Amino acid sequence: MLRIKNLESGYGRLKVLKKVTMHIGAGEIVTIIGANGAGKTSLLRTVSGLIRVRSGEILFDMRDVGNLPPEKIVFRGCSLVPEGRQLFGPMTVRENILLGAYPRFRKKDGDGVRDDIERIYAIFPRLRERERQLAGTLSGGEQQMLAIARALMARPKLIMMDEPSMGLAPLVIKDIFSIITRLREEGNTVLLVEQNAKAALAIADRGYVLETGRIIMEGTAEDLLSNRDVQRAYLGRDLDAEEKM
Amino acid sequence: MLRSGACARSACSRSLHEERTKDLEFFFQYLVAGITYGTIYAIVAIGFNIIYNATGIINFAQGEFVMLGGMTAVTLHRFMPLPAAILGAVVLTTIVGAIIEIAFIRWLRRPSVLRMIVITIALSILIRETALHIWGESVRSLPYFTGSSMTSFQWGGVYVSPQILWVIGIGVFVVAALGAFFNLTMLGRQMRACSANRDAARLCGINAGNMVTLSFMISAAIGALGGCIICPITYVQYDSGTPLAIKGFTVAILGGLGNSTAAVGAGMILGILESFSIWVLPAAYKEVIAISILLLILFVRPSGIFGSAEAARLKDF
Amino acid sequence: MVRRYSAVFAFALFLVAIQLATLFAGAGYYLTQLTMTAYYSLLTIGLCMLIGYAGQISLGHAGFFAIGGYVSAFLTTCDLTPHKGSALVSLLSKSGVLVFRPGLYGGTLLTVHPWPACVVAILLTVVIAYLVGGPVLKLRGHYLAMATLGFGIIILRIVLGTESLGAADGISDVPGFPLFPGLAISGDSSLRVSNYYMAWGLVILGMVFLLNLVHSRVGRALAAVHGAEDAASAVGIPTARYKLHTFVLSAVFASLAGVLLTHYNGGIGPSEASVMKSVRYVAIVAAGGMANLWGALMMSLVLNYLSLRGYFGTFDDAVFGIILLLIMLFAPDGLLRRHILADLGRMFSRNAAGEEGS
Repeated sequence: MLRIKNLESGYGRLKVLKKVTMHIGAGEIVTIIGANGAGKTSLLRTVSGLIRVRSGEILFDMRDVGNLPPEKIVFRGCSLVPEGRQLFGPMTVRENILLGAYPRFRKKDGDGVRDDIERIYAIFPRLRERERQLAGTLSGGEQQMLAIARALMARPKLIMMDEPSMGLAPLVIKDIFSIITRLREEGNTVLLVEQNAKAALAIADRGYVLETGRIIMEGTAEDLLSNRDVQRAYLGRDLDAEEKM
Repeated sequence: MLRSGACARSACSRSLHEERTKDLEFFFQYLVAGITYGTIYAIVAIGFNIIYNATGIINFAQGEFVMLGGMTAVTLHRFMPLPAAILGAVVLTTIVGAIIEIAFIRWLRRPSVLRMIVITIALSILIRETALHIWGESVRSLPYFTGSSMTSFQWGGVYVSPQILWVIGIGVFVVAALGAFFNLTMLGRQMRACSANRDAARLCGINAGNMVTLSFMISAAIGALGGCIICPITYVQYDSGTPLAIKGFTVAILGGLGNSTAAVGAGMILGILESFSIWVLPAAYKEVIAISILLLILFVRPSGIFGSAEAARLKDF
Repeated sequence: MVRRYSAVFAFALFLVAIQLATLFAGAGYYLTQLTMTAYYSLLTIGLCMLIGYAGQISLGHAGFFAIGGYVSAFLTTCDLTPHKGSALVSLLSKSGVLVFRPGLYGGTLLTVHPWPACVVAILLTVVIAYLVGGPVLKLRGHYLAMATLGFGIIILRIVLGTESLGAADGISDVPGFPLFPGLAISGDSSLRVSNYYMAWGLVILGMVFLLNLVHSRVGRALAAVHGAEDAASAVGIPTARYKLHTFVLSAVFASLAGVLLTHYNGGIGPSEASVMKSVRYVAIVAAGGMANLWGALMMSLVLNYLSLRGYFGTFDDAVFGIILLLIMLFAPDGLLRRHILADLGRMFSRNAAGEEGS
């Protein structure tokens, strides 16, 4: 569904992504792990159109989206749940959800939107309770759920998530990740960028490791989990040292 | 600035033993005048707030929209009945607002605050000079919407011109309509989303650039409408815009930048203070009142009476 | 250092060349507008110091010009003869502070001598600049701009609305400013050449002073303040104080220009305090390249002269508005910078896709 070839982008004179190549197939959860500053967020922002592509190409559904502004990419079916939630703080939960469905309104699918709101509330019952509350007053976990709900309302073909676990308590992280798994069960495709490599690889099908703007490793989730370098760098376990003991 | 007919001063001819009632009447006359001007200042301030909320820019040319509305309506009125002239003036000024945004603002990439200030000041100068060359230095006015400069009716002993009711009524209408627009319509919600978080709005498929243009158009429209309704009471001249911009800005800051509900109250405060300042200062210094209030607020509490410390931190473009 | 002074020397030569040219062309009257231009340029380079080097915008500098001009005009035209009897007045007149001079309609006036009047004007400017500058310079961005604009308008309203300051007509019959026997700053056509050199001489003195300031420790500190104020203050530079001193300095330049030009013109009017004048000065500084003293001087020379000659006709204010707009749109660092063409190219080659983060 998403195919990225030799992608390069950055800020001003700084090149952040260097020849990144990867792909995602329909129905998968693919995760990108890596340290802080590796370029994970920049990758998602480039794919979603917020950062300009310097060179390389991004093909979504076989069509080039490399030069499109974010507004148009959302219409093509690729939604981003941004880092730090980025909700519309002074607006209510319901308004946030409605705005997420904006592309559907443009396609005159108003009734479908109403049904979807019900489905979303079924997945996220806490949001229904807080329907009229201002988004800025929600707890961290609720905000993350709202951000995901907002992105889902556009009925995207691909959902990209940028560090959904950031700043959340472990129990809440469990909730969020079980929701992500549920998304795959319902047929969605997810691109998950995470610093919490353990949790991400636990639910993903495949993964990539990004380091200083380059993909240095790729494979199935199990392969990556058992890979010693990955273990040492991102999972905090040194299997070589453990075996020696 | 008030034409003598607006608030008929037949109260002047009262006899001595009714002097106390006369004082009370003067008090109410000034109060009514203050509310009337306050409504216009509030409308200008709301125009500032709409653009500021959408873009983080203070549009110094806001006052010129008011001037353009009045002048254009006067010219159009020569060829068409008054309601059509007003509608035409509002439409034309809205188009000017859109042109300004598209031609001068839209393609700027992350400009500095200083640059934006100077650009909008330069734009206001250009609009003013263009108006000077189109309409000359002469002073124009529209006829009263109902009745004439002589008609007035009594309200508890105070003589009130029907035009004042028009001003206040349309002012209320503008505030209510904008409230409904921003809270109940999808387009209004889109604009609020852009103000809250521009990138997130784009990620929802909203065209942030168009929202900015729309904010300029709305501000121009309400400015022009304000210009039309106040025009019969005060004169409009090619340079009427700048003092209004300053007072409108004062009101916007007073209520908290970006807070349009507070702008209404703040407008009333400034209008009434200015109106009663006649008791202590000669009329020539009226503008000094507004500016002094502005400086006072900026020095002491830039977030305004109702604003929070967050609002005082200027937004990014 | 030699390089810096060589520019000054070259400029001085240039000025002499102009004067000689007008002499040979028999067109000595051009010198009048050139002299007026010199005084406006004095204000401009002071403002350039504030905007370009200290990074503080001021949309009300015409106010300081007006303070200088009006105070000296008022003091040198206000007839104190009715108070001749009072002790203070006779003391001042004995010490030379007050003088008798012929009035416009015959008779004699007892007015303040231009020298003490000038001193009073400058002192008053300093006091006001410190009082206003203190709180105003704590503001940033829009607020700072609006506050300075407001200040300028307050001055304008005061001079417009006060009868004793001439209201809409301003003050006229201001005497010349005597320097040495035979030398005075005045509009007298016999003194045209000497006035030309005196005015520009003052400008050159000002330039030398400011150039030295820019290259001194103070100047470098100012550059730091302009570039990154928080960092500068973290390093221990007293940013608020430096900004305030620069503000007052630029106010003094403006005020002195106001005093001397008023004596040269023999009068002053409320238009000198108008918002349009303040904007004009900012436009010129911007056009010269914000932090470019020579640029500001050159631009002031050209633009003020053209404006005074009436080349812009009724579009005078519009021209400066357009200049300001174009510069701010396309070359916010000013015209006389080298990278302007590169910047233009980069600007138009950006496509409408995402934005480059920064």
